Amino acid sequence: MRLLVSLLLCLCIPLAWAAEANAPKLDIGKGGQCVKDTQWMRKNHMHMLRHQREETVRKGIRVEQDALKNCVECHASLQDDSVVAREDSFCSGCHRYAAVKIDCFECHASKRKQALANKEAK
Amino acid sequence: MSEIDTQRRQFLKTSAGAAAIAIAPGMMLIQTAHGDTQAASSKVRWGMLIDTAQCKEGCNDCVSACNKENGLSGKTGPTDSQWIRKIEIKDISSGRGLSLPMMCQHCEHPPCVDVCPTNASFKRADGIVLVDRHRCIGCRYCMMACPYKARSFVHEPLQDQNPDVPRGKGTVEACSLCVHRIDKGQIPACAEACQNKAILFGDLNDANSEIAKKIRSVASVQIRADLQLNTGVRYQGL
Repeated sequence: MRLLVSLLLCLCIPLAWAAEANAPKLDIGKGGQCVKDTQWMRKNHMHMLRHQREETVRKGIRVEQDALKNCVECHASLQDDSVVAREDSFCSGCHRYAAVKIDCFECHASKRKQALANKEAK
Repeated sequence: MSEIDTQRRQFLKTSAGAAAIAIAPGMMLIQTAHGDTQAASSKVRWGMLIDTAQCKEGCNDCVSACNKENGLSGKTGPTDSQWIRKIEIKDISSGRGLSLPMMCQHCEHPPCVDVCPTNASFKRADGIVLVDRHRCIGCRYCMMACPYKARSFVHEPLQDQNPDVPRGKGTVEACSLCVHRIDKGQIPACAEACQNKAILFGDLNDANSEIAKKIRSVASVQIRADLQLNTGVRYQGL
């Protein structure tokens, strides 16, 4: 029994290391924590966004901190101002790794407001 | 009253006080952090009064302001989105001509909401008729139901939308009364852009608002009033 457990452990630990090593290196933009800690956000951001969109669109409750717009403001790359433009962009990088398709940015702006304003000015 | 009872009472009082002091600053912090999170109120009914006498023929300021604010292309082809358009009408017998802006009339009983199979078309508590693009399946029933031809369908993929105005392919859209501006306490872009102040925006339910006073004092009509939709957009001098 003990042998089995130690064998399992031996197998699992390198696997965990390997998973960590394969995890995408993301361009997190300005980064920082404004809503909840990183692990919580990794697990639950989709539920938050889904809740927030109902509240905002249908009831008109606009919580600046929870808005997708606000996520993009901080997490868009400092190089190209986007959360989906490159392989290691904040949203697309992880979603590619997890093989989950996102369609948020078919309608929502994937760039900082300032970047769009600059583009218009040009 | 026994001594133990008194002590217990004293203890409960003190701990309740301490708890209140401990919790209160936390509550205050949460309120400040989240800012204004008021939901749209059903006491308000947003509307517009358009003075056709002030609306100049050939002027397109409201349309361009709308296009800029909401990120529309400004093209007027059959597959392009138009949230507001200028209409020129003429009485053939008298020759009297008029120019006026036409957009979603934000009905109290909107036909687009009646026909929507997914509840994507909805009326917000403050009377603004909107499309929830998260639910819209692009069936376009609402476009057929609307007597004002106010809605458009997005045919092509879009890029670089205004962060305040998400729009996307495969969904229906229309004038939102600039809901993102209203929620910030601003007036719609078209009303702000009109140089002749032909578009008056305000709360129809507030008896002291400028729009309510004007509607009480001058003759105004709803377009296709026979349909009894009780539109939020009214026209003066039609």
